[in-house]
Amino acid sequence: MIRFLLKGILRDKQRSLLPVIVVTIGVMLTVVLYCWLTGILNDSVELSARFSAGHVKIITAEYEKNINQMPNDLALTGVDTLMLKLKNEFPEIKWGQRIHFGGLIDVAGSNGETRAQGPAIGFGIDLFSGDPSEKERFNLAKSLHRGRMPIQPKEILMSEEFSRKLNINPGDTVTLIGSTMYGSMAMFNYTLCGTVIFGAGPMDQGSVVIDLEDVRKALDMNNAASEIVGYLPDNYYNEEKVDKLVIKFNKLFPKSEDKFAPIILTLRQQNDFGKMIDQIKQIGGFMVLIFVFSMSLVLWNAGLLGGLRRYTEFGTRLALGENYSHIYRTIIYESLLIGIIGSISGTFFGLLISLYMQNHGLDLGSIMKNATIMMPAVFHARINTLSFFIGFIPGLISTVVGTALSGIGIYKRKTAQLFKELEA
Amino acid sequence: MENTTLISIEGLRKDFPTSGGRFTALNGIDLKIGKAEFTGIVGPSGSGKTTLLNIIGSLDSPSEGRVMVLGQSISDLNVKQAALLRRSKLGFIFQSYNLLPVYTVFENVEFPLLLLKLDDSHRRKMVMDTLDWLGLTDKAKSKPAQLSGGECQRVAVARAMVKRPEIVLADEPTANLDAANSHNILKTMVRLNNEFQTTFIFATHDDKVISYLKRKISLIDGKVLKDEITNN
Repeated sequence: MIRFLLKGILRDKQRSLLPVIVVTIGVMLTVVLYCWLTGILNDSVELSARFSAGHVKIITAEYEKNINQMPNDLALTGVDTLMLKLKNEFPEIKWGQRIHFGGLIDVAGSNGETRAQGPAIGFGIDLFSGDPSEKERFNLAKSLHRGRMPIQPKEILMSEEFSRKLNINPGDTVTLIGSTMYGSMAMFNYTLCGTVIFGAGPMDQGSVVIDLEDVRKALDMNNAASEIVGYLPDNYYNEEKVDKLVIKFNKLFPKSEDKFAPIILTLRQQNDFGKMIDQIKQIGGFMVLIFVFSMSLVLWNAGLLGGLRRYTEFGTRLALGENYSHIYRTIIYESLLIGIIGSISGTFFGLLISLYMQNHGLDLGSIMKNATIMMPAVFHARINTLSFFIGFIPGLISTVVGTALSGIGIYKRKTAQLFKELEA
Repeated sequence: MENTTLISIEGLRKDFPTSGGRFTALNGIDLKIGKAEFTGIVGPSGSGKTTLLNIIGSLDSPSEGRVMVLGQSISDLNVKQAALLRRSKLGFIFQSYNLLPVYTVFENVEFPLLLLKLDDSHRRKMVMDTLDWLGLTDKAKSKPAQLSGGECQRVAVARAMVKRPEIVLADEPTANLDAANSHNILKTMVRLNNEFQTTFIFATHDDKVISYLKRKISLIDGKVLKDEITNN
């Protein structure tokens, strides 16, 4: 009997190929949209993580209280020893030291007097040690707009917009005016070697990137850093992994009365990122829900119509002596089969497209050039565990439920009524 | 009329609910139909002949009265028992053939035997014998769409006969056939009736069918107007 029914499904394209195609397309769209929204969320989070928050950040307890003021007098000290310990205890995490500072960039004219001046946010990151991690996180090479990358001390990069504002070009000398770790005034000359476009509004408005050791010299921060940022090995923020890391860190560095003792902050704990992540997740989840529901209605309807189309066949089968329940079971099994095949193939194609989008992304930089919030210019899809299953909600459940509902009609109609329909 | 009574109907009434109340399709039917009869329920449209055929075939149930088919009361059968009765003892032939279009002639005829869970070789033999009997052996692998109307109805007869049912119920079996095909089908049925002693009950108003009947039960407005043995 099963073989007989299978023959029927395979031969009747409207019962097999067509529903499988409909389910495949529906599931594929669901998977792609889900991966796409997950990717946008990830890209937004990762952008913030790369430039400022890290997946985790280690600072002093006092620095954390005034973090918006970038109080380098409260920075971490004895950083070399701390880094060594972190690398030993958390070898899988990529650690990087940074100095965040605020200051004034002064441009002198030919007579030595100030020609232009502007407030700047500075990033002291490792540019010369040979480890390219930090340069890659800031995407410096690709963001370079004019000039070249720094190749020696006392060379800086500046955001293109800032350089235009100050009317300076690569090769010009600028003076950084700030304060040292100990509160005294710091003045240091640098050569502008290149300008960059970060593709993130706040960064592009007025920032400079200088080698960490250069900043240490300028701000008198020997063996000190504002923060140590940590990144998970696959470069994707994962709350579970981060939480485990935090537990281990807190065991190694228990809370103490020392104001300069290192503490760890997750990305979620910084700058309302937690709220942002939750809101983006909620909005993304809501959008996915709406889409899954819409696709469910489409596939439910397909299942319903598929069932209704076959009332003639059901009437004949009932007359020949098949039970109501047997017919009902067989159409449910058929829809299960269609749903499983469609969901698997839809998920496969959806993941294939998502994988491409994960690797290549979609560059929306041209339409986002005036954005004032930190948003990535290239949006990637992101495949996660749920991507493998999300399509089964509309693909399998809705198809089966649609068929099950249409099948109830077999029970509701008297056999003779089915015959009247069938003879009509 | 034969001695063995297969169908016994007493005081049968069948009502259908309508928007204005209810419509009585059959009212006070009393009948007995015996083994190997070739009987027709004859009457104009709306006389209740299809309703009567449906009740005999356990496709519907009486509102009142008692209908016994092969010793079983139709009113007392649950859906599973009714399906079992149809599966094992009754054969149906429809006006529009109702062959399953994606299956071959062989598979269409095989279907009732699959429901009876007969083994493969037994099934194959019964199907081939029946197709042979109806002159359809060369069409075994054809699909219904490749057959003429007459051939389709012969396949429907084969499907009804393959399990050697005690009773075959045929609702307007020649309505979609031309005269030549109608006579061919009817002759085949007469032959089956004679050879296998199968009881045939028709619901019809087609004169061609009526001309082959051995007993004619005339229905008008849900009542038996006349019940007569013909000279056929």
